Amino acid sequence: MQAAIFEERQNQIHRKGDKPFAIECDKDSLAGAVSQRACVFCGSRVVLYPIADALHLVHGPIGCAVYTWDIRGALSSGPELHRLSFSTDLQETDVIFGGEKKLYAALGELIDRHQPKAAFVYSTCIVGIIGDDLEAVCKKVSAEKGIPVLPVQSEGFKGNKRAGYRAACKAMNRLVGTGDTTGISPYSLNILGDFNLAGEIWLIREYFNKMGVEVVANITGDGRIDDIKRAHGAALNVVQCSGSTMELAGMMERDYGIPSLRVSYFGVEDMAESLYAVARFFKDPEMMRRTQELVKEELATLLPELAEYKKALTGKKAAIYVGGAFKAFSLVKAFRLIGMDVVMVGSQTGTNADYEELQSITDEGTIIVDDSNPLELSAFLQEKEVDIFVGGVKERPIAYKLGVAFCDHNHERKEMLAGFAGMLNFAREVYSSVMSPVWRFVPRKTKENCHD
Amino acid sequence: MTKMLPPRYLSTTNACKLCKPLGACLAFRGIEGAIPFLHGSQGCATYMRRYIISHFNEPIDIASSSLGEKNAIFGGGPNLKLGLTNVTAKYKPALIGLATTCLTETIGDDVPTILSEHRRERGENSATDPLVVQVSTPSYSGTHMEGFHAAVLATVEQLAQGGPKADSLNLFSGFVSTADLRYLKEVMADFGLNATILPDYSETLDGPALLEYQLIPQGGTPIAAIRAMGRAQATIECGATLPAKTGGTYLAETFQVPNQRLGLPMGIRESDRFFAALEKLSGAPMPDKYGQTRGRLLDSLVDGHKYVFGKRAVVYGEEDLVVGLTAFLVEIGVQPVLCGSGGQSGRLKEAIRAVCGDLLQDLPEIHEGVDFFEIEERAAQLRPDLLVGHSKGYALSRKAGIPLVRVGFPIHDRLGGQRILHLGYQGAQQLFDTIANTLIAAKQDGSDVGYSYM
Repeated sequence: MQAAIFEERQNQIHRKGDKPFAIECDKDSLAGAVSQRACVFCGSRVVLYPIADALHLVHGPIGCAVYTWDIRGALSSGPELHRLSFSTDLQETDVIFGGEKKLYAALGELIDRHQPKAAFVYSTCIVGIIGDDLEAVCKKVSAEKGIPVLPVQSEGFKGNKRAGYRAACKAMNRLVGTGDTTGISPYSLNILGDFNLAGEIWLIREYFNKMGVEVVANITGDGRIDDIKRAHGAALNVVQCSGSTMELAGMMERDYGIPSLRVSYFGVEDMAESLYAVARFFKDPEMMRRTQELVKEELATLLPELAEYKKALTGKKAAIYVGGAFKAFSLVKAFRLIGMDVVMVGSQTGTNADYEELQSITDEGTIIVDDSNPLELSAFLQEKEVDIFVGGVKERPIAYKLGVAFCDHNHERKEMLAGFAGMLNFAREVYSSVMSPVWRFVPRKTKENCHD
Repeated sequence: MTKMLPPRYLSTTNACKLCKPLGACLAFRGIEGAIPFLHGSQGCATYMRRYIISHFNEPIDIASSSLGEKNAIFGGGPNLKLGLTNVTAKYKPALIGLATTCLTETIGDDVPTILSEHRRERGENSATDPLVVQVSTPSYSGTHMEGFHAAVLATVEQLAQGGPKADSLNLFSGFVSTADLRYLKEVMADFGLNATILPDYSETLDGPALLEYQLIPQGGTPIAAIRAMGRAQATIECGATLPAKTGGTYLAETFQVPNQRLGLPMGIRESDRFFAALEKLSGAPMPDKYGQTRGRLLDSLVDGHKYVFGKRAVVYGEEDLVVGLTAFLVEIGVQPVLCGSGGQSGRLKEAIRAVCGDLLQDLPEIHEGVDFFEIEERAAQLRPDLLVGHSKGYALSRKAGIPLVRVGFPIHDRLGGQRILHLGYQGAQQLFDTIANTLIAAKQDGSDVGYSYM
């Protein structure tokens, strides 16, 4: 096992119960370690991607734009401009003489063609080096075209994914406060950090609607520029995936005095608690009663169905490796609800507080890991004899190659996993991978069977 | 006849190309015991892994020097050295395929100097350190295909050696599928040819289920075989739009290994050329089984010719692949109306003219440096019956209601992209069946009657 871990990374891995809790995190990835992380640009692109009526122009050579073309399952109920991939496709001469001219022309061309409500211009590594003045170009185009044109300072090398989240939040914060807030209910909120994968945000909106709360802006899922502009009229921000959008909530609290709540829509406990927290915030007994009613109704149909899955899955072992640690909290609880044990849990971008929370909710012996890599992940899967691994596209082949079941819980997924209905889908996803007969034929199991 | 060319745009929308380092990573993955390594920021390696995984459904580890802000200002040398040391310690590779990115090209890192410093600093360790093949792949000049060919050339330049002639043949088959590579190996074996295929990712990107995780999977072109490429009897390199300088031309100039350039062996005539070349090199006739396959292919073309004749196709993807596909389409009576690629070799038009020969009166529109926005605009005018290319044409296919025959890379919306066979008579057979059945299905599904016979 030790062979799989770089000396420099030993403090980024903790085994619960081994020694007092301590973990290093929020560091630059170790060179040569094949981190599962992407870069600053990725962080920005993730957060802004679902704003569906904006133009997302990637200023740089083609790679950054082409690898993020329609890669996410973030749905829109209307325009789908976010599903197109726009690039200035910088060439050698642009690198030598500067890319500002091309950027200016490309912006004009694309804004005329698509008539977006706003444009985000992402800076990539090379732009940071050649020193294009994004701010100036954006300002000029904005004045000419009469829409907000916002630079996103997302040069890949300037930190890790978290820095990209910050850049995205800064860009969005420039929009907030520029719209008309008349007519917004005192019982109102913005949804931050849900990306409307497979339409999840529509489900969450419906819950809030039933509670009697108006949703002003679903900022990061099925997002619209005009909604974001008037988001400062809401009474509350509810923030999921706090790593990515807590910063925006912070800015809105500072500038407009809007408080925020951290929530999670994954798993029964966290979903219910999130709704209750909102009801408690508004201090309205009627609303609380409606919320209780809603939860009761949902659980009445959900729990019996979950019980069936639990029967089959109890005692199976799960490993989790996701982008943000907040999702991992909910997943630990969700697995417990269906009788499964989490034996490894990690994230790309967790903070110290996140990992402390993870260690407090997991069992003895659970491996907690920050910014992991295939070397470690494959070793952990084998050591812990894991039955299912939860992660994204880059984790999937590691699991499959070893004959381990897999559940995709990343932005590429096409299954709705949030909300009460999402919990059932999650159980079904886990069940349909873990219980597949194919595992009986892979080397891992055929070997086990030989020992029997 | 001159065609009206569409207006050109400054911006790129839905590109029909990938970036240069990605091609280099794919090529390096096809060397035995090798790990691709990108000198740049962490995101490049991760994005490319994700992109490649989504096609092959296989792990692909690409190491990175993970440059941060300080490195970008003061130089990426220390991180590159640390990365090389770390990847050597944990992956124990026989070779590191080191490609640069736009970041490190622009900050001006002098990779050869950093590498020699690194060797010196490693002292005694350097004796057992892996080989490093280094290639410059700034993504602002050229596509993934230029990156692929550059990595192959760099590998040959930095490893191949001269010496007494060996009884071997070099084959640079280009960026083909893993099924294609397996097919080529079978062909070579059947001809009794001792061929070195570079790169060979047929196992490293399409391996079996395993008991133990292999950090570097089995397979790939053996390093010893690459070293021996300078002593081969001859080289064949496939691709109708290859750059002027390639692995094949280098071996010819440096070690006087005769180099023969052929198109990708796709369809009847291009496959005939390929097999004829092998007959000549091996001195043996084409094994009967290939003759049989060819015969069955011709028989099936007759059976199905009416279903495909006169159908209009838009063909897109890498230039070499587009040429190969077009060569076959015109043989079966399909009318290519647009041939497009994000690549800009400057050779696409000539290559297409050459493979169409006398089978086509009017050349199709041919676009280099095209993106899917332009392809879509032209498709609205050209009204094709069929799209032939990778899965990024799906958005157009869906919007315009034109069926898509998936070939090449990437196939992100179907299983088995790596198992698609494009080459030889057998590949042509699979292509023909797929194309004919796609057209038959479109007619059947669109029919009021729904005939249950063709």
